[in-house]
Amino acid sequence: MSREWKIKSILLLVVLVVMIIAGVQLYNHRNYMVPVVAGPGVTKVTKLSDYCEGLKGTAGDTNVFFLEGKEEGGKMLIIANTHSNEPVAGLTALIFVENAIVDKGTLIVIPQFNNSGGRNTRAGDGYPLYFEISTDWGNKKFRMGNRDASALDQWPDPDVYVHYPDKQLLSYLDIRNTNRTWPGRADGPLMEKVTYAAMQIMREDNADMAVDIHGAETMFPVTNCIVAPDKSIRVATMAVLTVKAKEGFDNHVEPSPTGFRGLSHREIGDYADTLPFLLEAPLPFLDQPTGPKTVELLLDGKDPFLLNLSKKRMLFVPYDETGWPIDKRAGQHCSVILELIQQFSKRNPDRAIEIHNVPRYAEVVENGIGHYYHDPGKADKADIYYE
Amino acid sequence: MPLIMVVYYAISIYLIGMLIWNFVREKKSTNDMLLYLIVAVPLVLRVLRIK
Repeated sequence: MSREWKIKSILLLVVLVVMIIAGVQLYNHRNYMVPVVAGPGVTKVTKLSDYCEGLKGTAGDTNVFFLEGKEEGGKMLIIANTHSNEPVAGLTALIFVENAIVDKGTLIVIPQFNNSGGRNTRAGDGYPLYFEISTDWGNKKFRMGNRDASALDQWPDPDVYVHYPDKQLLSYLDIRNTNRTWPGRADGPLMEKVTYAAMQIMREDNADMAVDIHGAETMFPVTNCIVAPDKSIRVATMAVLTVKAKEGFDNHVEPSPTGFRGLSHREIGDYADTLPFLLEAPLPFLDQPTGPKTVELLLDGKDPFLLNLSKKRMLFVPYDETGWPIDKRAGQHCSVILELIQQFSKRNPDRAIEIHNVPRYAEVVENGIGHYYHDPGKADKADIYYE
Repeated sequence: MPLIMVVYYAISIYLIGMLIWNFVREKKSTNDMLLYLIVAVPLVLRVLRIK
């Protein structure tokens, strides 16, 4: 063998070894299943594909948990992990699934809305593949996902995403972003099918409210807030004023822009009778000028560069040495959701929703988010679902 | 499979062919040899449909 082909053989071998090692890690991440213990309030679990045939057998399909009260009332849909790199959304949704008991009305929860995105990563940004939450019975391991669905599940991307049905031109990447593909269509690309199925839940089940949980950069003005269109703004405003007065954390309302299409807080309200709300809590991990994207940064939100920027008044949220711990963010989301239910029920007593056994902000901060997750090892196997 | 997908797979196969051809033809630069292989990785995975 000539020297040239010896070098080529070594290079081929090195590339193959690296490809296999990295490939196995990514394969394991994509196929890692997170057990969820359905709490006493869960009355049935269906699949998103029950509302859109085209999702069956695809990476777009995901669990839909129903928590139905004994008394008839209003209905709320909670959507989490629309963007799986904002995992506090999914963690908050699991608090509801594993603990909430509905006395009146119905709660519908989709903890892993963009299932494909939850099995994707952003290698170029050095995202961790997993993170763990400390619980009373040990650590619970979760996948860290990405904002967009994986190109393995929806490919190829167009040069420009032409939004359906408004024909607004959006970034090519947004065709895999389930907060740009609303209201979706049954025969569109996979992510449009995902949002279409959620629209069908709202239409068929007459959902009164829909809450889409997110996290946002501290340097982005739309953070620590509820984004709401005109039809939802009264309920949202009362909710933020109440949590601020009663529970002492800041929150404000941002109006949903009418000219920016594809977003849940825009299209749900325009294409269904449901009142949409998009919840944002500060997520320092997403900010660009931070140190390495570590699990610690994700969980405690402490970063020296953001602290420096905070002193220069360049952040849109209060920020000090304590960072923005995940318990605080999840606690805010729990309280805001409970307050939205309260405010809506006050205005619509015939469609009221009554719910208990969900912790509020102070309790989540005191006990930690992991306190509210149940041990799958001790749970009845029939109550365990995998996300 | 939609026509556009078929076209994209065809483009991927064509690019893999070009990269292999360049890899074989390269005689001196180890850097270039390595780069041809690295660039081919996602295309090979796509064509083999490995998820």
